[in-house]
Amino acid sequence: MIMLFSKTRELESQTDEFCDKVSQGVLAFSIGVKAYLEHDEEAFEEKRRHVSELESRGDELRREIQRRLYLETLLPESRGDVLELLEYTDQILNACESAMWQFAIEKPEVSDAIADDFIKLVDTVAGAVEALVAALRGFFHGDATLSDQMHKVIFYESEADKIGHRVMGDIFDGDGDLSLKNQLRHFVLHIDNIADIAEDVADKLSIFALKRAI
Amino acid sequence: MEIAVLIFLSSGLFLGWSLGANDAANVFGTAVGTRMVKFSTAAFVCSAFIILGAVISGAGASHTLGKLGAVNALAGSFMAAFSAALTVYGMTRAGLPVSTSQAIVGAIIGWNLFSGFPTDTAALFKIVGTWIACPLLAGVIGVVLFKLTTIVVRWARLHIYRLDAYTRVGLILAGAFGSYSLGANNIANVMGVFVPANPFTTFTFSDFFTFSAVQQLFLLGAVAIAVGVFTYSKKVMLTVGGGIMPLSPVAAWVVVVSHSIVLFLFASQGLEHFLASSGLPTIPLVPVSSSQAVIGAVIGIGLVKGGKGIKWGVLANIASGWITTPVVACLVCFVALFFLQNVFNQQVYKDASYELSQPVLDRLERQDVPIQRLTALKDKHFASVRTFRQALGEQVVLNEREESRILASARIDVILINNSKLWLLDNTSLSDEQRASMWKLVGEKYRYTWILDEALAKISPEWKSRPATTVNKVFNRELQAQRGIVYKIFRIEEKQP
Repeated sequence: MIMLFSKTRELESQTDEFCDKVSQGVLAFSIGVKAYLEHDEEAFEEKRRHVSELESRGDELRREIQRRLYLETLLPESRGDVLELLEYTDQILNACESAMWQFAIEKPEVSDAIADDFIKLVDTVAGAVEALVAALRGFFHGDATLSDQMHKVIFYESEADKIGHRVMGDIFDGDGDLSLKNQLRHFVLHIDNIADIAEDVADKLSIFALKRAI
Repeated sequence: MEIAVLIFLSSGLFLGWSLGANDAANVFGTAVGTRMVKFSTAAFVCSAFIILGAVISGAGASHTLGKLGAVNALAGSFMAAFSAALTVYGMTRAGLPVSTSQAIVGAIIGWNLFSGFPTDTAALFKIVGTWIACPLLAGVIGVVLFKLTTIVVRWARLHIYRLDAYTRVGLILAGAFGSYSLGANNIANVMGVFVPANPFTTFTFSDFFTFSAVQQLFLLGAVAIAVGVFTYSKKVMLTVGGGIMPLSPVAAWVVVVSHSIVLFLFASQGLEHFLASSGLPTIPLVPVSSSQAVIGAVIGIGLVKGGKGIKWGVLANIASGWITTPVVACLVCFVALFFLQNVFNQQVYKDASYELSQPVLDRLERQDVPIQRLTALKDKHFASVRTFRQALGEQVVLNEREESRILASARIDVILINNSKLWLLDNTSLSDEQRASMWKLVGEKYRYTWILDEALAKISPEWKSRPATTVNKVFNRELQAQRGIVYKIFRIEEKQP
């Protein structure tokens, strides 16, 4: 019995660390994009590396939790749900890392006119992920106030959509090369997609929370 | 033990096996079905605690069944248990809800009807009342426990993994308690009918440990239940759970605990004694259906959750089972007893002879039984309970209490305190003083057992019944069991003129 409880304690801290990594990942992503827009290459590169490290650690943790849940036959009833949740949440880190790489490789030219909206978009996406991580922690820690965070995720996601549409409108309204406009649209969609993933995870989370309701 | 005895006991073992196969699923079904507990762990804990419950606390509920009808011949007990087992098996095959408790009650009434012995309607009403009370009580306990658990779990804000670990441990502990209660309460269904015709004898190890005949009988029954658990319950456990509505592991724990508490309440002599000595109303000790306790608790929780998802048709089926099961078992037992007696020439009941002698009439008068019209039957010999009851009915209209007093007082049971048989008392539960008082009656012959009881009570207070209160119930029951030992050893057959 003591062994059972020591196993769960370790798993608890690994799951908490996974949540930390997702939260840190989106924060680092947000700071990195702002550094890019401010043309601070050194800071951007440092954050790009940081996001990559967080993504790798997130993968490691997810695999370890997955392995242990199966090996130690923990959570037989909702193991599948928990693993699905972790896998989907991990996609947020993947999307952040991939966006950072695209910034580093493609080096898109973002005009000052839309830079502010870009920052707003990144902040809103980060808000959605932060709310999702809070909801995830609530789910894992048996917090009944899960819905307080869920509606925030949905709110931030719809805000991110609105900003994204506005930015894309601004991009295509202005003069310039169509290929550059397409490239920027691609970046807007990529960043907005992070909020979409957060919303998808939140939807799954609300169903799993209902299933686990006593 | 004779082979014939083992053959007769086999129907009880069959009934025990089917109880183990089916009812263990009520205790560990959800835990194993949701893979929270391994089947091997569940089967081991379940078997061990069923055996402990049956041997340590099994006597309480079996006494009520004995009051309903004392099946007094081994072949009769065999057929009562067999009819119950057959009814359970047949109705399960037909997909109808069935309870071992209800089947055995029906079978006993079938034996009563066949043998002519009266059915104690007070005991019958008590039993039927508990059939309704059992799921209701389980529902109420389930609701209270569910609410409390919800509050505690929300307050404790346990991590999902830790809650899982606690639930696992909780399910095993609740399962152990549930198995103990199941053994204590339901062993009466399996072996209760064999108690009056028990082939075992009590023996003692040194002065400290007595292994009574009833305990040996219950151990055998409990082992049969355990075999049922190991050999067949896995299949049932894996299919149980979603029957009425899907449950979370924590809710499953609440269901198991509620079921266990109800079964324990209806089986615990200790609790009955405690309640009575505290001046509180007691709970009758009756074998109840564990399936119905589980269903009651699940429905209680379902109602708290708003009543959605409950399959109400299941409830109607259960209620129909209250009527169909005992009726079918009663009919099967009656017909089967007829065949066993007339085709296989087996004695399915020991008839009793009766005589309303002067001492009997005097005793009845002291017990406020109107004897004026009974004097017409004075000193007449009746060779069977049926003819005696018929003769009584022709003379006077008696209520059930008066009739049972007359039957108890007028029953001839010749006891001769034979010097050469006194040593047989050595390995029994009788105290030294009780044994010593038997020596003072050597050579005496008694035509009625109650006269012997009175004679013994005059010699030693240890042979004296205490006033019939709930507090004294256990003492009086034990004393009656000790008197039974004496009757069994010293009873002689006497040819009637």
